[in-house]
Amino acid sequence: MRKTKRRIDFSRIAVYVTIIAITVIMLLPFAWMLSASLKLSRDVFVFPIEWIPSQPRWENYTEIWTKIPLALFIYNTSKLTIIVTLLQLLTSSFAAYAFAKLRFPYKNTLFLGYIATIAMPWQVYMVPQFLLMREFGLNNTHLALICLQAFTAFGVFLMRQFYMSIPDELCEAARIDGMNEYQIWAKIMLPLSKPALSTLTIFTFVTTWNDFLGPMIYLTKTELKTIQIGLRMFISQYSAEYGLIMAASVVALIPVLIVFLSLQRFFVEGVASSGLKG
Amino acid sequence: MSGDAAKPVRVRRKVRVVSRRRRRVENALVAYSFIAPNFLGFAVFTLGPILFAFALAFMHWDGSNPIKFAGLDNFWRLFEDRAFIAAFWNTVVYTVVSVPLTLACALGLAMLLNQKIVGRDFFRTAMFFPYVASLVAVAVVWNMIFNPEMGPVNMLLYSLGLDPKDMPGWAADRHWAMVTVILFGVWKSMGYYMVIYLAGLQGINSELYEAAGLDGANAWQKFRHVTLPQLAPTTFFVTVMLTIQSFKVFDQVYMITQGGPGTSTLVLVYHIYNEAFISWDLGYSSMIALVLFFLVLAVTVIQFRRQKED
Repeated sequence: MRKTKRRIDFSRIAVYVTIIAITVIMLLPFAWMLSASLKLSRDVFVFPIEWIPSQPRWENYTEIWTKIPLALFIYNTSKLTIIVTLLQLLTSSFAAYAFAKLRFPYKNTLFLGYIATIAMPWQVYMVPQFLLMREFGLNNTHLALICLQAFTAFGVFLMRQFYMSIPDELCEAARIDGMNEYQIWAKIMLPLSKPALSTLTIFTFVTTWNDFLGPMIYLTKTELKTIQIGLRMFISQYSAEYGLIMAASVVALIPVLIVFLSLQRFFVEGVASSGLKG
Repeated sequence: MSGDAAKPVRVRRKVRVVSRRRRRVENALVAYSFIAPNFLGFAVFTLGPILFAFALAFMHWDGSNPIKFAGLDNFWRLFEDRAFIAAFWNTVVYTVVSVPLTLACALGLAMLLNQKIVGRDFFRTAMFFPYVASLVAVAVVWNMIFNPEMGPVNMLLYSLGLDPKDMPGWAADRHWAMVTVILFGVWKSMGYYMVIYLAGLQGINSELYEAAGLDGANAWQKFRHVTLPQLAPTTFFVTVMLTIQSFKVFDQVYMITQGGPGTSTLVLVYHIYNEAFISWDLGYSSMIALVLFFLVLAVTVIQFRRQKED
């Protein structure tokens, strides 16, 4: 009896050691980034690594705002991300309601249009899409990026899967109570779909915030650039200013970290309930 | 008498038919009003360009002069284009190595973090964080950490007694560049697939494990004969997702190796980008995009077939 207990304890310790070791590896680059962001560029590569700088250079964090228009980049990215995320949530959940709960002609054909493109990499049609936007005169505008990111098949699919799991009787009962479809969507479906909406918010926010190829193709004017290409520009201009580059990187990470941490408790639930697990 | 009585009935039925039809039209209009905002955007900015992409692959166009029909010119050119052939094989190598590796890591992590342990939420969040972190920011850190001359990884190898001549050159070395890109990809994305696996694991009925335990199955046998078969739909989904993601890899290559050294990490999307936005050879770049599309399609169909057989 005592022997088995000791063996269980041993395997428990092994589990903890493994998990902690993996977590350290996963987070090490972030720790290094944070540590380097408080150093002089010439001290960044000193080995063995001084994880906590003895004289932290907080000036790095004030200097980056004057070296590049970092505030403008963050403003541009926030603007884009918020508009795209709101449009995505609104139009996807709106369309998904019809696909999940209403009957109308050509429903399956229209839905097939979405499904057929869900696995289609954007890179396959990015060139014609760019030509189309140029034709519309949307080249070098934020509107182009909004248009290409706000109406995705993925959003409609995810929301529809979730709405399918809500019993039809709930809608029927609401109809008998005299609600119209718009009221049912707003007062019954939306409040129930918090996990799916959070999942979609995380996905859209993260994709838009971190998008690189899209802004790189569409935005060539500095004043329009997003944080990702702005940061990239900074890196190629000041390639030896390691401390500053790391400080700017830390700043670029913070908004995503906040959104992610505030929504992550919905996330596993959202992935599970939206049928994303297959 | 009977004729008199029949008339109003027929009229009433007609009224009912009309009102029912009207109601059906109204219902359809309501439904379309729900779909329209998303569908219009989707049709104009996604469906349209997709159709255009297929047509463009058979054209010559530089974006300003008139379009010319090219027939299969662009297709034959693929076989003579060394950069395309390199990009094709590099994409295949990237996929063949990174998909199983990411899958195994994600499943392993999910198994570890599906247990009752202290601080489980923290560990899950930590594993997931690289996935949401800004790619530019983490790629630049990755480049610094794996810097061949000054980076801490090679410094560590040096202090462990490795000869500087045998040191891997990582992103700057022909033979190591792909390894560096793959390692980065696995590190960045495995947390996401771990979450999907966690959702899958939570869906497994715990009675199955109890039954297997009564039959005297050990931990490995439980994993092999209960967990893996129960997770088959999840694994299918993850494999398809991962394969598509690997075929369209670009950002991380652009930031870590710029496709080099030489063409050692040039991938399909990189080649599409170069042909379109550097050379302005729009027809040819669409032909390469078509190859990418058929690769993704083929893999998805094969996976679906295998899934059905199982």
